[in-house]
Order: sequence, then C-alpha cells, then structure tokens
Amino acid sequence: MRPVIKVEKLSKLYRLGPHSYFRPTLREAFVGSFRSKLGRLSRSRQRQDGLLWALRDVSFEVAPGEVVGIIGHNGAGKSTLLRILSRITKPTAGKADIYGRVGSLLDVGTGFHPDLSGRENIYLNGAILGMKREEIARKFDEIVAFAETERFLETPVKQYSSGMYLRLAFAVAAHLEPEILLLDEVLAVGDAAFQKKCLGKMREVSREGRTVLFVSHNIAAVQQMCGRVLLIKSGRLHEEGATEAVIARYLGDVFEEESGDFDLSNHPARLPRCAPVIRRLTLYAGSGSPTMRFNPDDVMTAELFVKPDAPINEPRITLSIEDGAGRRITTVASYFQNNSLASIETPSRIRCQLPPLRLGSGRYLLSVSIASKYQGVIDALNHAAWFEVVWRNNFGTGETYSPVYGPVLTPSVWERID
Amino acid sequence: MSIREKAVPFESDTENVSAGLTDALPPTLALPDEPLIRVRPAGPWSAIELKEVWAYHELFYFLIWRDLKVRYRQTVLGSVWVILQPLLMTLVFTIFLGRLVRVPSDGVPYSVFAYAGLLPWTFLTNAVLSSSHSLVGSAPLITKVYFPRMLVPGAAVMVRLVDFTIASVILLAMLFYYGYIPGWRLLIFPALALELTIVALGLGLWSAALNVRYRDIGTLLPVGLQLWMFISPIIYPSTIVPERWRLLYALNPLVGIIEGMRASLFNLPFDWNSIGVSVIMTLLLLVYAVYSFRRAEEGFADVV
Repeated sequence: MRPVIKVEKLSKLYRLGPHSYFRPTLREAFVGSFRSKLGRLSRSRQRQDGLLWALRDVSFEVAPGEVVGIIGHNGAGKSTLLRILSRITKPTAGKADIYGRVGSLLDVGTGFHPDLSGRENIYLNGAILGMKREEIARKFDEIVAFAETERFLETPVKQYSSGMYLRLAFAVAAHLEPEILLLDEVLAVGDAAFQKKCLGKMREVSREGRTVLFVSHNIAAVQQMCGRVLLIKSGRLHEEGATEAVIARYLGDVFEEESGDFDLSNHPARLPRCAPVIRRLTLYAGSGSPTMRFNPDDVMTAELFVKPDAPINEPRITLSIEDGAGRRITTVASYFQNNSLASIETPSRIRCQLPPLRLGSGRYLLSVSIASKYQGVIDALNHAAWFEVVWRNNFGTGETYSPVYGPVLTPSVWERID
Repeated sequence: MSIREKAVPFESDTENVSAGLTDALPPTLALPDEPLIRVRPAGPWSAIELKEVWAYHELFYFLIWRDLKVRYRQTVLGSVWVILQPLLMTLVFTIFLGRLVRVPSDGVPYSVFAYAGLLPWTFLTNAVLSSSHSLVGSAPLITKVYFPRMLVPGAAVMVRLVDFTIASVILLAMLFYYGYIPGWRLLIFPALALELTIVALGLGLWSAALNVRYRDIGTLLPVGLQLWMFISPIIYPSTIVPERWRLLYALNPLVGIIEGMRASLFNLPFDWNSIGVSVIMTLLLLVYAVYSFRRAEEGFADVV
C-alpha cells in the first residue's frame, strides 16, 4: 500500500545560546555580525558549540489508516518531528511528503481568547485549526455536548474553570476531520473520565480510516491506541516496530540505573517548567543498603533528598507507582492522612515508608512530585525511578504468580465449610 | 518482560477494546497521486503561494473579527476613540499651526484640510504599529499551528482599515459643514485608500518580520513614523515645497496619496505625476516587504 506520510532523512538543527532565547537588539545584531566575521578569521571552528541536532536523519513511512505512536524521553525530538510535519517550522535537511489534509493538535485551546465567549471561541479555535465556518456550524451542537458546557456558552472563557476550559478546547479539536491527525500529548489533560472520553474519540477517528500520529508519555494510551510505535532517542529514530516490543525497549531504557539510588538533579523525566528541587530518591527494603529489588512482602522505604530554592510552606509530596504497562497501582501523599510535613526551608531528607504492597513480580515505575499548598507544583518527575518485585516462592509451595493474574498478590485462606 | 501475555486464564475483556483496532481493516481513503503537502528545507527563493493564502481566507476573517470584537467589548470608548484620536490632533494643529503659525492650506479651511491629512495618517501609523507587534503577540499561535504567517499582520492592518472607514464618516460631515459638495473626483478616493492600505500592509509586514528578530524595532518605529509625518504633506500642503524638489519629494508615496485624497475630497485637480510616482513606489515597497517577510517567515516559530 502506498504510504500517506513519507519522511526521508528529516533533520533539524537548532542554534542554542543566548540568541535563540532572547531576541537581540539591532545593536547587538550589528556587533554580533561584525564579531562573527572577525571570529571566522581567527577561530573558525568555535561555532559548532551552540548547535544541536534536534532531529537527525529520521526516515519512516506511515500507511493510510495507521495509528502510530511516537515515544521517547523529554527532549528526544518527538515534538520537533511533529512541528516539522505540521509545517510550523521547516526542516534543516531532508523532506517529507504528505498525501492528505493534515490537522495538528500540539496544544489544546490554541488561540482561545479569554474575553470571548465559549460560543465565539468555538468558531475562532475551529478556524485556527483549519475548519471551515460551515463545518463548525454543522458540528456546533456536537462540540458543545461533548464539552458539557451548554450552560456557559455565552460566558467569556476567562470565567471558566480550568477543567471546563480544557474540555471545551479538546471538544473543538476532537471534531477536526482531517485525513491525517498529528497529536502531541493532548490526552494528558483533564480528569480520568474525560481522558477516557478522549481516547474513545480518538479510536473512533482511526476506525474511520484516518491516519493518526500520536506523541505521548502515557504508555498506557500508546499501548491502547497504536499498532506501531517509533522510538526516538537523541534526535534519531532508535527503533520502530510493533507496539509491545518497542515499548518494552523504551521501558528498558528507563531502567538503565541499577542501584536503587536515583540521582534526580538533572533527570530527563523532569516535567517542563519544574525546578530541580527533588535531588535524589533512594529506595530501601526495610533497612540496609539501597536496593531496587523487593519481595512482595517487603516494607518499602523511599527517601527523598529535597533542596528547595525558596521555603516550601505546607509541602505536599506525592509518590505514584505504575506497572510496566503504564497502569497506576497506587498513589501515596504526605497530606492524605493529615500527617503533614513541616515547611521545608533547608536541604532536607524526607522518608516515606510503605507497608508491604504485595505487588506481583515485574517492574514498576515511580513518579514523584512536590507541591506547596499555596504555590502549586514545584517539582515533578514522571517515571523518575523504578524497582523490581522479584518472585521468590512467596507462596512457599513453588507455585508462580504471573503478572497477568493482576497487580495485587495476596495470600488467601481456603477451607471447605461443609 | 512481557506486558500482555496472550494465554491467560482470566484475561479481562473490558480493556481490550483496542485489540479490534488494528485487526479490523479501516476503510481506506483514496490517496491523491501528488502529495498535498511537501515539507522541504527553506530555500532562498521560496515562492509566494497566493493559493495557500487564499485557502486560509476564513481564518483571516476570523482574526479580524476577533480583534474588532475584543477591542469594542473591552473599551467603553470603543469606536469613539477611533474618531477622537484624529479629531483631537486636528484640534491642536488647527489652533497652533492654522491659527497661530498660519500654515497655508491651499484655500481650504485649515481644520478640514488637516483632518483630511490626519485621518489617513492615523490609519497608517496605527496599522503599522499594531501589525509590527502582531507576530510577537501571537507567539502562542505561531508556535502551535500552521497557517500563512502573513495573515497576522494583514489582519492587524484590516482592523485599522475598519477604524478608518468609521472615522471617515466624520470627514464627510465636516465637508458638508464647510459646504463642499464632492464631485466625480470622490470616486478616486477608494482607490487611494486602497493604495494607502497597501503601503500600511507593506510596512506592517516588513516591521512585523523585523520585530520578531530584533526587539528594539518596537521603540524605533514610533520615532521613524513621527519623522515621516513631517516629511509628508499631512499638516501642510505640498505646495510649500519648492518646485524643483517636488519630484524628489514625491518619492515619498504618501505625497501622492494624501494630496490625491485632498483633491478628491475638495474637488481640486489631481497631480497625476505624483500619484503615478507614489503608485510605483507603493508596489515596489509591497514586493520588497512580501519578499523580506517570506525570507524571515521560516524562522518565526523558532525565534518567537
């Protein structure tokens, strides 16, 4: 079958350094160009420093109707790839041919204007995403019903709650009907029920024969949605193939560290706009030296080293555990049971002790975040650490327990009562 | 590690909605023979795709509509301000230049003479200034969606054109008040307004593109515009410029436009020479502006 997207040796070079972040003044530009002319005479090699290949020689093809996931660490180049395919930025080299109308959704609510009403923003946002006026009018009621914001149609969106805002924004986007849909992490918004609704909508889209390219950190969503996955690593297409295999490889990458002591000061899993406050996470089975191998009935101790930039009042620390398939097992937080921590002003170590979780054998991922009641999230790392639960004949009978039996492994007492 | 083993005694059915997804062959849409979209590295001579701009004309209307709607909703004065700005300037210039300095005004009452110049001038400066900020102000849009970038400064100019049209009503009222009955020459006025719009668009595109690169354009531009006002026949007639310098003076496209507008309003003979020169200059400006905008356009999303 002929591909609907054909990408050949796509590369993108970014110039780093002050000039990429701050727009220079004219004077600086003149001086800069003069300096660089001088520089070329004296030290001709220096310029290589500030350059970064965000994408390097990426080639792949996508068949019509395919749902392809793109995964990789933060900064691996996934988003750059989508930005090039959506023509927001041009590649430095290479080319891509696309045989269809493209709708790209790199953010929800692009172009929403806070002063306009819900109704007006639906039209505006629709037009920005490339819908025709008549098309928006036709789908208007459907969009409103999907967003569940009927009562607030005439209210300026600046008065919406953030949940309502996101629902409305996603509703418009979900009703885009291009032949090719490029999605970047948009499912990461909203509550669980709404996310489920969005996934359902995405499935519907792909069932109609449209092609979807889907960038996400949400392994579970990729697993559910995609038939094929591209793994991007430092700008290169590292691996490409069936979803399960590539995801296993990706998780394997996450699991590079082996000691149970995770240095998080400069970790790729840190979410954007977070300050590196959580510097270290160490896991212990009971007491002794750090470990990442646990028995199902071990007490787990997680120790965090926190170095605040500014005092964190009423800190709220959260730890989440996910299994290898991206299913969340549990979340524990310092404020759930009112055993709240005192404010953190100096570098501190914080200990969290979990009773035996009785997890089935396999690998588990830990996400950690610190927030203050007043300032909101200060630092958060998604899949910052991992541990392995090892089966050591815990039933005492030699019976095994497969992960597919379910995540919780619990002893049970059986007797015949009559 | 196997994530989903197939031979499982208790495989739950609820989570397996996805299994059908790749198995069932979706109805394939017919593929065109030629790619609809070709993504290529930026070349030095990327063509101006007018077809592309046209494909997004609805977005263009929406951008204009949004700005008008927001502005008229936010400010109480709204449309009043649009009329007030040239009117207040006219008042000040009439008192100081018309009455005190006694600047000649080609036999026309100075107040209406000045308003006829200040009205298009206000349109031009506001259009150039707001379109120069437009790209930087739309950064969230530019980094998240694709559309021809020209639409953003273009829409900013169009919004000001609406203001200009509204404020023109006052001009007509003044003409009637002073007893001017417009003749056939008034028919030329829309054509001159179009030319003025092209000048505004040209400068708007050029400065918007520069503003993305260099952040001090925003401070230089008002100064430049102010100087430009004094080398254009806004508050004085071009007849005070010595005859031998007239042609050089006419290289400023505003000379032909503003004097042409006055001639059409006050039913005076046109100076076709200066209008002709200004049309040529305007077209040159537009071509250069579009070219430099296209050159700069490639990098907007990376710089903004």
